[in-house]
Amino acid sequence: MSEPQEPLIASASQTVGPFFHVGPGASDRCGVLAAPGIPGERIRLRIRVLDGDGAPVDDAMVEIRQADAKGAYAPPPAGPEDPPPAFAGFGRLSTSKDGDCCFETIRPGAPAESAGAAHVTVCLFMRGLLRHLYTRIYFPGDPALDRDPILSLVPAERRPTLLAQRAADGATWDFVVRLQGERETVFFDV
Amino acid sequence: MSDRDALEAGSQPPLLYPPYKSTVKRAPTQPLIVIPERFASLATPVYGYLPIGETDNDLTRQHDGEPQGERIIVAGRVVDEDGRAVPHTLVELWQCNAAGRYRHAKDNHPAPIDPNFSGAGRAITDAEGRYRFVTIKPGAYPWGNHDNAWRPAHLHFSLFGHSIATRLVTQMYFPNDPLCAWDPMFQSVRDPRAQQRLVSRFDLSLTEPNWALGYRFDIILRGRDSTPFEARV
Repeated sequence: MSEPQEPLIASASQTVGPFFHVGPGASDRCGVLAAPGIPGERIRLRIRVLDGDGAPVDDAMVEIRQADAKGAYAPPPAGPEDPPPAFAGFGRLSTSKDGDCCFETIRPGAPAESAGAAHVTVCLFMRGLLRHLYTRIYFPGDPALDRDPILSLVPAERRPTLLAQRAADGATWDFVVRLQGERETVFFDV
Repeated sequence: MSDRDALEAGSQPPLLYPPYKSTVKRAPTQPLIVIPERFASLATPVYGYLPIGETDNDLTRQHDGEPQGERIIVAGRVVDEDGRAVPHTLVELWQCNAAGRYRHAKDNHPAPIDPNFSGAGRAITDAEGRYRFVTIKPGAYPWGNHDNAWRPAHLHFSLFGHSIATRLVTQMYFPNDPLCAWDPMFQSVRDPRAQQRLVSRFDLSLTEPNWALGYRFDIILRGRDSTPFEARV
């Protein structure tokens, strides 16, 4: 048996900076995750980002990943020529001057492979973040929240920071990311 | 190595790094909640479905004319912490032009825009994890972080890898750039070996005679293969 090798040092994260819009932030088509015909409850997911002063962050790049209505994740592409699945479950938008962005998608189902609650994973990139942040959006009223293994890692008093709120139109869910402050959003180390 | 271990070793930057002023109001103050490794499989799909066009990896051929500046080739391998190839993963690149100006409404640096340079490229790694771009060498540019602050010449890279834990946005620097010593982004990485990981190497074998200098930039994504060592090739 050979000796275990020292792992290589992973490349360090660096900030996305303020000019990502010329590159990965350029694709506004990534705001629509679910084309017509994709089964599931159609929702709009509006994500707003606030800094330590409560000011809107107008230069964040927001990525979301989610399961389909049955709780299944799209399989990885087998190769470069593999056509994308009908519902890839990935979205990416830049925040507006008001610090928000809005994805058109379907409400995710409870994960098919675990006891957890339905959720959307969020990755946040922005000037001033040397490493990107992960958080999760859950939906209030879901009975599975009480048995979600990730939510149970979070102190009870901070769990509300991970809940979206249904807007008056019934189809829009609002999720506010507070980077700092009394109601600072819970972020995860994955 | 978990993120926390990497932080302790200085090979990843901290979230709060006051010399980089924008971190002060944007870095979370509460500790991150660690998701145990056994939940990694819950973690979500990969991404890499954007179609790649013919000139996406050649930033010098995206307009009618050629951009101004020093033409360069930037190529390397994307591997995991065990050195295993990360095949078929999306690599996105963006940068300013040779004069140090981004094609971006918020960039007010008084340097010329180049009508023949957009500054964005994409590639997919091949079966061995290799990627290759042709572009022009970006210029250094001033920024408002502190008095007489200048960013070293750099390329921005974004990679997905094959799980959510491998997502990476980083920057590539050029060898022997004196500005790195004063750059808070570069200096936020404290481990000198990790710093050098972000610096490309001039590579004569990548250099094409009478045409373009070659720089090699290998990217190591987090994560290790779980197969036992004796089973590895």
